[in-house]
Amino acid sequence: KKTSLVVVRSDGSLNLNTGSSAGARRLDQLVTNAVAVSASLLSTSSTSLAVLIHELLLYEALREGLEEEMDRDNRVCVMGEDVGHYGGSYKVTRGLADKFGDLRVLDTPIAENAFTGMGIGAAMTGLRPIVEGMNMGFLLLAFNQISNNCGMLHYTSGGQFTIPIVIRGPGGVGRQLGAEHSQRLESYFQSIPGIQMVACSTPYNAKGLMKAAIRSENPVILFEHVLLYNLKERIPDEEYICNLEEAEMVRPGEHITILTYSRMRYHVMQAAKTLVNKGYDPEVIDIRSLKPFDLHTIGNSVKKTHRVLIVEECMRTGGIGASLTAAINENFIDYLDAPIVCLSSQDVPTPYAGTLEEFTIVQPAQIVTAVEQLCQ
Amino acid sequence: MAFRVITMKSGAMMATARYLTRRNMTHGGSCCGNHHHHHPPFERKKQQSCSRSLSGFWRFNSTKASAVDVYSSDEDVTNTNHHQGLDFPGGHVSYTHSLNFISKSSTQNRVPCYRVLDDNGVVIRSSSGDLESQLQQQPLISQQTALKIYREMVRLQVMDTIFYEAQRQGRLSFYLTSTGEEAISVASAAALSSDDVVMPQYREPGVLLWRGFSLREFADQCFGNKDDYGKGRQMPIHYGSNKLNYFTVSSPLAFEEACMTQLLLCLNSYLQGDFHAGLNFAAVTESPVVFVCRNNGWAISTNVSEQFRSDGIVVKGQAYGIDSIRVDGNDALAVYNSIRAARQMAVNQGKPVLVEFLTYRVGHHSTSDDSTKYRPMDEIEHWKVTRNPVSRFRKWVEGNGWWNEDEESELRSATRKQLLQAIQAAERTEKPFLEEMFTDVYDETPSNLREQQEQLREIIKRHPKDYPSDIPV
Repeated sequence: KKTSLVVVRSDGSLNLNTGSSAGARRLDQLVTNAVAVSASLLSTSSTSLAVLIHELLLYEALREGLEEEMDRDNRVCVMGEDVGHYGGSYKVTRGLADKFGDLRVLDTPIAENAFTGMGIGAAMTGLRPIVEGMNMGFLLLAFNQISNNCGMLHYTSGGQFTIPIVIRGPGGVGRQLGAEHSQRLESYFQSIPGIQMVACSTPYNAKGLMKAAIRSENPVILFEHVLLYNLKERIPDEEYICNLEEAEMVRPGEHITILTYSRMRYHVMQAAKTLVNKGYDPEVIDIRSLKPFDLHTIGNSVKKTHRVLIVEECMRTGGIGASLTAAINENFIDYLDAPIVCLSSQDVPTPYAGTLEEFTIVQPAQIVTAVEQLCQ
Repeated sequence: MAFRVITMKSGAMMATARYLTRRNMTHGGSCCGNHHHHHPPFERKKQQSCSRSLSGFWRFNSTKASAVDVYSSDEDVTNTNHHQGLDFPGGHVSYTHSLNFISKSSTQNRVPCYRVLDDNGVVIRSSSGDLESQLQQQPLISQQTALKIYREMVRLQVMDTIFYEAQRQGRLSFYLTSTGEEAISVASAAALSSDDVVMPQYREPGVLLWRGFSLREFADQCFGNKDDYGKGRQMPIHYGSNKLNYFTVSSPLAFEEACMTQLLLCLNSYLQGDFHAGLNFAAVTESPVVFVCRNNGWAISTNVSEQFRSDGIVVKGQAYGIDSIRVDGNDALAVYNSIRAARQMAVNQGKPVLVEFLTYRVGHHSTSDDSTKYRPMDEIEHWKVTRNPVSRFRKWVEGNGWWNEDEESELRSATRKQLLQAIQAAERTEKPFLEEMFTDVYDETPSNLREQQEQLREIIKRHPKDYPSDIPV
């Protein structure tokens, strides 16, 4: 039985919840970096590392987090379309219905507003539900529930009812899924008071954020990305959670701060390789927490580099990048040497044609050009 | 796919399960006839007698459409045809060779309405005269309960009058009365237990009155002062009490699609999509929910004939696979009996039940509405005077010798006095502190909200004349 809980901070430092010396010793060997480490690098570390980590895909990491929380707390339950015996459209809940039963991993009818409302009501009466949207875009049908009830009922009831719900699902632009299945809901939801939004990008933070979201007393929307489910990474065996409000330092640097999240992180890292070859030293931060922004980490970075580039998948108008630009300008204008540049998708519905779809997504070459221009 | 049947953990998982266990402990638990018996999920391993679905995985018991022969046309049901049929997903259906459309639910032969008292407050004796129907008509209610129901109905009436007047005087910004529908909320609450979670729409303060919400607490919410449980964050009449198991009223209609615990749902919003999804899903999941519909004839200015073309709401229950009943909502005893029976069905048989109360919204939709603009005054008067639920129940209660004129005037004047005092006290009570604007958005006030709070304080300090002076900063 695991008795200690490791909390991984954004800078890679660790907190241990129970002061066991054995746990503290193991902490030294814990892998905390978030980018998938190359195999060669791992093999040079001590052999005991092989005992402490296991390799899995992102959707499996989500499931692990879900399963651990369901084991830990009887009140945790899942509801959504095809999450039960089918195992989930993206296999995130595979096997859970067998283990926990039909009622605790509940198949819902195709009525997003209704089952999200059901989840909210369940949360109000003491359960801790996780509502899965088969695709984030479908949760637009539940917008009323999310904004008027999920976000508000804790407030309007005067604190009498809490809503510890997690709403999750895959969003973002996939491979030719068409406009309605390529939505970036984070830009629509970001105004809703009372909710928190996080976006996972690696198996490591997927599991950590899932667990943290379930344990949070606030409603949390966890954004996954359709194209990231098969990412492979080695994650610790030790139980850990990631802080919901912290950004992740992916690559420390000196010349420019690149802020990104979800799938764009990988485009940025690819661009970073090119940039490093060209002699630049970008600092890459995966903001992870979309609401609220981790202005502490971001601010420290801005104060160091004085240049900011935001790379996102949202539309230009009203996206996360737009809000982030405003927030940084408001708070750190004195530290900026150049205006903030935000690379985002165009204000068009995502086309189906593969070539056109590619043009709507920010590509690494664009990022390299933007950095070069900013750093002139 | 083969599914292992895993016995559920003994820790109660859903509130339903917990609740049902407590309730089922006294129940015999027989699996009889067509009724499938509901067991809490973690007790499934004990009951081997109930059938499992043939496909192997244990889903909810009733996956087969029950035999309903309503739609066979008369000339077609010969013996040979009746046995022929096909298996489709959902069950066995027999053939028909005639191209007959099922006619829509009739507006001529409407579902009859259950009532106990006639318009003069006298128990209607069943005309058939047999003992069983006589007994069915007997109001099974104690004097104590009946008097409490009557008293709360009167208090609700008085409360509505006073608060409405207060709004007209400008002391309240908004109010919404339950005039003409007092029996529904009070008598329903009387038939439930205090554990039952109620998810109201907004015309059910009678439930709160029954459960002990004080007049002062009502006034506090309406005035939005610091004693309001909602901390002044909602419009008047948006009451809520976790303690009394009454969900905070939320204005968007049909938000009440909620959890699988035992609920009394008061809907008037049967056109919202959630109503249909909720009924449907409750039937599929066999949730012990009582759906209550106050069919009061009006959705603000839209008459029911412009709302739907079916025979009211009761037929929709059947469409979703839910047992339903239509009740005279202005008859307190009928309300009490029907909700009690519905609740028993829901708990003991583990299934949803739909109760449609026919009634009439005597008052305006709210203080923002003038209903004389869209309906005739004499119609309102008719319902207010001759079809009044309070006076009708009063006649029955007085007829039993349990009430008299003196007690009536005493109750009304005492309630009126209490209300006026409550209003005065609530009006004088301080409004919530400024910081309450920022608390409870999240469990702990985050830094950005603390910042915004400070900024607001600064602005108020700098321009005190532009901001209300009665808010403690």
